[in-house]
Amino acid sequence: MNVRLYLVQRATAAIMAPLVLAHLAVIYYATGHSLSAADILGRTRGSMAWGLAYSLFVLVVSAHAAIGVRVVVAEWTPLRGSRLDVLMWTIGIALLALGLRAVAAVVLP
Amino acid sequence: MESTIDVSLWRGKEDGHYQNYKVPLRTSQTVLDVVTWVQRNSDPTLSYRFTCRVGMCGSCAMTVNGRPRWTCRTHVSKVVVDGRVQIGPLANLPVIKDLACNMDAFFKKWQRAKGVFAPSKSKADPIEKIAPTSAQRCAADAAIECINCGVCYAACDTVRWDENYLGPAALNRAWTLVNDVRDSGNSGRLAAVAAEGGCHACHSHESCRQYCPNALNPTTSIAGLKRKTTLAYIRGDL
Repeated sequence: MNVRLYLVQRATAAIMAPLVLAHLAVIYYATGHSLSAADILGRTRGSMAWGLAYSLFVLVVSAHAAIGVRVVVAEWTPLRGSRLDVLMWTIGIALLALGLRAVAAVVLP
Repeated sequence: MESTIDVSLWRGKEDGHYQNYKVPLRTSQTVLDVVTWVQRNSDPTLSYRFTCRVGMCGSCAMTVNGRPRWTCRTHVSKVVVDGRVQIGPLANLPVIKDLACNMDAFFKKWQRAKGVFAPSKSKADPIEKIAPTSAQRCAADAAIECINCGVCYAACDTVRWDENYLGPAALNRAWTLVNDVRDSGNSGRLAAVAAEGGCHACHSHESCRQYCPNALNPTTSIAGLKRKTTLAYIRGDL
């Protein structure tokens, strides 16, 4: 952990705080109103707003999780140096790819 | 028939073992008294460190029943459990022999953290006037009483998990110098504590605060370093 990674962790955490609450509110709303998949997709398909909001969420989550796992791996395994960075970037890019794919699935018309 | 306690002392290096001794129980006995009794009356081959024996030098720091303490300031009555005490060298440092650990890494990290005063004036200049109530001096004073005993380093989980981590004592000292207006080494010092293994590795567990025999709080100092380095980085000064 160094100052750059620390700053990214704090910044992504700050951005995630309201996004996580919003995400929970969305889930609560959807389940509370018993929305079907068709109902949900009817609202998200072609929506720039949903696309941007959840893409941002995916971006900060990918960065935060990758850095967090890097710290845990560094403290619990002998992995060090550039191999640690490779692991971090692999996790980050994988989460980003999976997440954006999911956003695309519900947002693209 | 005087009462005795069962004392387990670490013998050997890392691959050593605990050896049991029966030590007479005395009033107001300290753990250092116990170790000294063993070395003088039972086993002269026992190796251990102490100097002042009055709680001001930090040399006698050892692991007592799993916790790092100054043995001269630990009453046996406070730590004995079922008539037993277990004493070993400080954790997180290589063992030289028995109860003596190698403090090299501890002091090397002190240097690496730039916990060294860098003068900004010569003796020809007038003495710097520093108000003892100034915010910076108060921050430095709160952390300045460290005598480098190594107890916080031995107590720290992050030191245990990350051999690269500078540790609470080195970072605490760096913080006192960051707040010393006479010092001129801050750009190098902030870079040193902002690097991998620096202040940002601290998880704020506060084991250092819990065990510091001088009641210091290195976690607070490290939090200060986190703030200073992050701001310096944002401003482009790092």
